[in-house]
Amino acid sequence: MSAHADTHAHDDHGHHHKETFVTKYIFSQDHKMIAKQYLITGTIMGVIGVLMSIMFRMQIAWPEEPNVLFEALLGKWAPDGVMDADIYLALVTIHGTIMVFFVLTAGLSGTFSNLLIPLQIGARDMASGFLNMVSYWLFFLSSVIMIISLFVEAGPAAAGWTIYPPLSALPMASGGSGMGMTLWLVSMAIFIASSLLGSLNYIVTVINLRTKGMSMTRLPLTIWAFFVTAVIGVVSFPVLLSAALLLIMDRSFGTSFFLSDIFIQGEVLHYQGGSPVLFEHLFWFLGHPEVYIVILPAMGLVSEIMASNSRKPIFGYRAMIMSILAIAFLSTIVWGHHMFISGMNPFLGSVFTFTTLLIAIPSAVKAFNWITTIWKGNIQMNPAMLFSIGFVSTFITGGLTGIILGDSALDINVHDTYFVIAHFHLVMGISALYGMFAGIYHWFPKMFGRMLNKNLGYLHFWVTAICAYGVFFPMHFIGMAGLPRRYYTNSNFPLFDDLTNANVVITLFAIVGGAFQLVYLYNFFISIFFGKKAEQNPWRSTTLEWTTPVEHMHGNWPGEIPHVYRWSYDYSKPGHDDDFVPQNVPLKEGEEELQH
Amino acid sequence: MTAFLTLIIVLFIAVAIWQMVKIFDLAQVGSHNDQIATDKDNTLNGYLMMAFLVFIYVITIASFWYLGDLPLMSNAASEHGSEIDNLMIISMVLIFIVQTFTQFLLHYFAYKYKGEKGRKALFYADNNTLEAIWTFIPVVVLAGLIIYGLFTWTTIMNVDESDDPIVIELYAQQFNWKARYAGEDNTLGMANVRLIDIDRANILGVDESDPNAQDDVITTELHLPVGKPVLFKMRSQDVLHSAYMPHFRAQMNCVPGMITQFGFTPSVTTADMRQNPDIVEKVANINALRLERQDEIEAKGQELLYEFDYLLLCNKICGTSHYNMQMKIVVETQEEYDAWLSEQKTFKNSLIN
Repeated sequence: MSAHADTHAHDDHGHHHKETFVTKYIFSQDHKMIAKQYLITGTIMGVIGVLMSIMFRMQIAWPEEPNVLFEALLGKWAPDGVMDADIYLALVTIHGTIMVFFVLTAGLSGTFSNLLIPLQIGARDMASGFLNMVSYWLFFLSSVIMIISLFVEAGPAAAGWTIYPPLSALPMASGGSGMGMTLWLVSMAIFIASSLLGSLNYIVTVINLRTKGMSMTRLPLTIWAFFVTAVIGVVSFPVLLSAALLLIMDRSFGTSFFLSDIFIQGEVLHYQGGSPVLFEHLFWFLGHPEVYIVILPAMGLVSEIMASNSRKPIFGYRAMIMSILAIAFLSTIVWGHHMFISGMNPFLGSVFTFTTLLIAIPSAVKAFNWITTIWKGNIQMNPAMLFSIGFVSTFITGGLTGIILGDSALDINVHDTYFVIAHFHLVMGISALYGMFAGIYHWFPKMFGRMLNKNLGYLHFWVTAICAYGVFFPMHFIGMAGLPRRYYTNSNFPLFDDLTNANVVITLFAIVGGAFQLVYLYNFFISIFFGKKAEQNPWRSTTLEWTTPVEHMHGNWPGEIPHVYRWSYDYSKPGHDDDFVPQNVPLKEGEEELQH
Repeated sequence: MTAFLTLIIVLFIAVAIWQMVKIFDLAQVGSHNDQIATDKDNTLNGYLMMAFLVFIYVITIASFWYLGDLPLMSNAASEHGSEIDNLMIISMVLIFIVQTFTQFLLHYFAYKYKGEKGRKALFYADNNTLEAIWTFIPVVVLAGLIIYGLFTWTTIMNVDESDDPIVIELYAQQFNWKARYAGEDNTLGMANVRLIDIDRANILGVDESDPNAQDDVITTELHLPVGKPVLFKMRSQDVLHSAYMPHFRAQMNCVPGMITQFGFTPSVTTADMRQNPDIVEKVANINALRLERQDEIEAKGQELLYEFDYLLLCNKICGTSHYNMQMKIVVETQEEYDAWLSEQKTFKNSLIN
């Protein structure tokens, strides 16, 4: 294994001098550069996604009122500055798509799997640098297509991010189901190809390229999380691809996979024998694992950051791995909980309730293990640590309401209300975003060789934390009052008039929270060029990435790849002077490796 | 005007951020700062963790205070509704206990064990007993919830045909609802969208040759007799819709190409519900708010004052006017119901020849 890695290194050194601007910054095959490319593309998509959410929140708070922001950004979709109902649906659709796939899948997993897998397992690079490059550029292409879809004549896709047919299949049912939906589907198909290439690369790299001594039970939990995430991705993404392809067939070639017996705009369509419920099954077979594809990497990052900043080993390393595996397995057999009231057999509803509520068990184990990890620690309140604690907080708050939504009997009444929005934004949206921020604050020195400004980090965290709760906590209550999601305005239902003020408060929190992300963006981009130069191991961590030089180089380590002698969590181990022992330090005489 | 104000606020915030950024930068000139948390940072953020814990509790209490009447979690208007409400309340209480407890532990530990130079953390990597405890407790609690939940679900979803329920079709199209009553034979006539004949006013595609169809009654309002089981058969002619009847704790998607169903027994008439003290209070509150917005509401041509009615809402995104796809539901006594139904045209008589 290491012999192979070393030859690889020599190759790299041979080519080192021939690097041009294009091969270094654009068509780079170096995993560290690709990680940065993912991060910056993801950041740009994130800005667009968040801006969209602020616009539709303004519409919900002040329905059908003219708004300068709409007039400036929406053009013909906001005549006299009043947001159009179709573009409202398009905004919620594209917001969901961008945040789930482009930011929290590619931006999060793409960035940190690429950056950390080779560095933490002790490899010169990914198994295939070329595939890795292709993976990024496919992602970039799909991002560009998604953005282009915003500008088509009849409007972008507006069928919700779940694009259920027939709404998404029939241009006469919704303006966004014309060219906008075609581009959406093409963009997603390319995105899936990108994701699969990435995932295969991660899996092969973790299995084959670990350095000497790096057994699976010495891997940092980040790597376990990325590895299992990649496996889930490989299992479930192809199913979405098939759903997208079948939908394209229905839309463009007259097949009837998902359509049957439709009468619209005065005519009967020829479709017969298909079922929209089939699409729901295919979609959620990816769609549910997808939320774990989003949250598991965040869990991995948070586990690592919590241990490092608490100066304590992660509590229950084996239990953490087991719970990742349990969550991954269960995640593939719970998709039906999105479909309790879809018209599928109620008996299936019972089965999916059972499997869904089981997920609470490994999730609870993880939450308690994180809490025990900080217990009696010596907690270093770096911004990354604050975001990690914030992660556990929102994961608990959002996760608990899953007990209600996973219960088919209760789902009847809160399905597709704001209760659902509150639940999934806290448990996988905000939590994963916190995980991503934590990762960025923690590994920024590794990525850019400079430090992020910590005071701006504190400001960023505390305002974001307050606004996140301010936005999503009251939403549970609005949902329990029965307000459906995806309503352009609630003014046609006097029943909901008493929720108007709450909606205004939520929107104000959203605006402030969104605006304060500018603090982060400023910090991020300024620090890349003017941040304080980083030391080699600023957080005094044990993992291998901190043994590489600050200045990036092909092949990661100038000499031989370090060997590994211990697990990655020897923090504050008795018998050592320092409060951390890097993985590449051999066991002292008589020292026992922890039987974890 | 609001838009203008919003923009000003956004600009103001942007300027404020920029100013703060400058201040932070200035404060750091010359001082030794390697951007790693110092003891001072640890202390400050430790206290902020406790403050944040308080914030979580405050926002919880405030949400209950302002939004806690939860009209759709109490005063269920169907017989199975109270079972759902009970289960919901049990789950909620459980959630709030766990939430309060775990958030306390998390934030309190973050405060209590904030870093100090020279202190060493406890090397504590594993404890199988602890892991077993917090695996076992969720298992037991969830087992209880799962059993209770599945029991409730099965009772709700298994429609007992021997109760002889009134069969009503709910028919969804962009962007309105129709109801079709089965008539005296209590059997709906066959229907398919391919049979729709707009010229003859056969708008639901009912099979004109089916004898069962002749006495069917198509309406745009849903009337239900109190205390009688109803079985809804749902159809959609174009895209997915969802028939959401929150007061009755009922919801089911309407799927083109298939018939879905949901059954319940309404237990409170509209008239009685309007007398319910909670509803009276809620309506008064809403009307006070509506009076404040009088001009705006009248400009839209809506009724100024709100009166309570049960509603059927569309709860699955279905296109442009999804936000206004509703139908009024009236629950009344058997006599009122019979009288209303007899006034409606039967399908046979509604056709244009």
